[in-house]
Amino acid sequence: MTTIEAVRHFRGIILSKELFRRLRSRAAKAGLALLIFLTISFIALPVVSLFVKSPLDTVLRSLSSPMVVDALRLSLSTAAVSTLIVVILGTPLAYVNARFRYPGKEIADSAIDLPVIMPPAVAGIALLMAFGRMGVLGQHLNAMGISIAFTTLAVIIAQIFVSSPFFIRQARTSFEDVDLSIENAARTLGASRAYTFLHVILPIAFNGLVSGAIMAFARSLGEFGATIMFAGNFQGRTQTMPLAIYTAMQGDLDAALCLAIILVIISFLVIFLVKALSRRVYENAGN
Amino acid sequence: MDKYKILILLVLLACLSPAFAEEKRVLTVFCGAGLTGALSEIGGLYENTTNMSIEFNFDGVPAMRAQIEQGAYADVLVSANLKHMDALKSEGFINNSTVEVFARNKVAIIVPNDNPANITGLKDLAVPGVKILMGTKDLPAGDYALQVLDRLAADPEFGQEYKESVLSNVVSQETTVNRIVSKIALGEADAGFAFISDVSPEMIGKVTRISVPDKYNVIGDFPVGVLSQSEYPEEAQAFLDLMMSSDGQAILEKYGFIPVVQAVQAVASGGSSKAATA
Repeated sequence: MTTIEAVRHFRGIILSKELFRRLRSRAAKAGLALLIFLTISFIALPVVSLFVKSPLDTVLRSLSSPMVVDALRLSLSTAAVSTLIVVILGTPLAYVNARFRYPGKEIADSAIDLPVIMPPAVAGIALLMAFGRMGVLGQHLNAMGISIAFTTLAVIIAQIFVSSPFFIRQARTSFEDVDLSIENAARTLGASRAYTFLHVILPIAFNGLVSGAIMAFARSLGEFGATIMFAGNFQGRTQTMPLAIYTAMQGDLDAALCLAIILVIISFLVIFLVKALSRRVYENAGN
Repeated sequence: MDKYKILILLVLLACLSPAFAEEKRVLTVFCGAGLTGALSEIGGLYENTTNMSIEFNFDGVPAMRAQIEQGAYADVLVSANLKHMDALKSEGFINNSTVEVFARNKVAIIVPNDNPANITGLKDLAVPGVKILMGTKDLPAGDYALQVLDRLAADPEFGQEYKESVLSNVVSQETTVNRIVSKIALGEADAGFAFISDVSPEMIGKVTRISVPDKYNVIGDFPVGVLSQSEYPEEAQAFLDLMMSSDGQAILEKYGFIPVVQAVQAVASGGSSKAATA
């Protein structure tokens, strides 16, 4: 049994070497180029189509429609607030999970990642069951006269819920990448734990933290499912850009396209910003 | 190893086999979300009596209108108002001669069973702080609700101020009437503008209906039509005929719609008066 398996394993290695050799041949390169071209076209086509299907003048006209303006303002402000909260709450958590072991850490890690995997509709109904007026926590808040559903606060809660893993995961990786010997050097030179964290670890991990925050911001901007189920749909109060696109699809397609284009442009900006920031941080680190 | 590969292949084939099985004839029906219960039942009846199967798309009517305008395929459109049906007719998407009104409906206020805001009449909707759900202005349920508010505003007993206070209490403009009903059933809001038909059998015990007096109410015509692109125009017409038949009308009536076929209406008036006293 073991010999047969060994032979098979060996044959596998030989096969993969052959494959590698063939890959290097010109024909394979051409095929690979075509495959890459098709994949990129597949991703780019819908984005390009958005621009093709919306003439500039109608987009500019829609830009002044109250629905578009309100959605834009609400989306940017709520995403900024939720990102700030995610960074404040997530940074210590990410650091502790990167450096220390504690009982139940595995469960904590899984819980943190859950919103990434969770379908948006599930997130929406789960938030409703927790913070809704009859919810597990919501009913007590309601008794105190605090009602969350259908408020801007509900939008922010939904955004924090879905976007926090994007920051926490990235932040944790960034903290793990900080060389432990640097941290130890600072400590042996007499720096307190807090001083070391603020003046040694944080600057080194800054690059990753910022890109994590930007990813969380982008995810917050795009949040749809949980918001429409939990926060409702009201212009200027809970109708964020994705909700406005969904609503406008049913009456004013131009406004929907205008908002969609704005979101695409923001997405591009996010990507460029993350790259530019990380480059600058690398250069600073080099100096 | 190879044995496992064959096994996996077989499992995959087994999963795919329904796709290769004899081509099933499917009637695609786009249907307003508020009609989910009644039309599902009529659909079941249709499947039992024909060799067609039915695929429903239940959503807000304006959303489905946009989908049809963008090229989505459907055989039948069941709408909750004439506005969207007429628009699609004028755009050439509907076979105009097939369109008929299959049921009527009225606006009703629904409140959670425990009625936290203690709403017993129309005036209570204007009390500051009451959380009200409405459809978007494009959604039939929202459109009808605005018409009712206009009628109330025209009556000096209520007036324009009443309409404005009610509108300022609206906390969300929902894109399907079902979402209004389910959020009310969950107790998330205090009152919602829906249809009398929305207190479906499964909603009894979760929401309570407060009727809007006829002099303020709007009778909504619910039309159905076959799309011009339909590959099964005859089968689609058969579905429409079933909706208009006494069986179809009886199902619609059971779900709270006002039937349109005369013979059934006589029975219906007996039924609804009983419901009113209950």
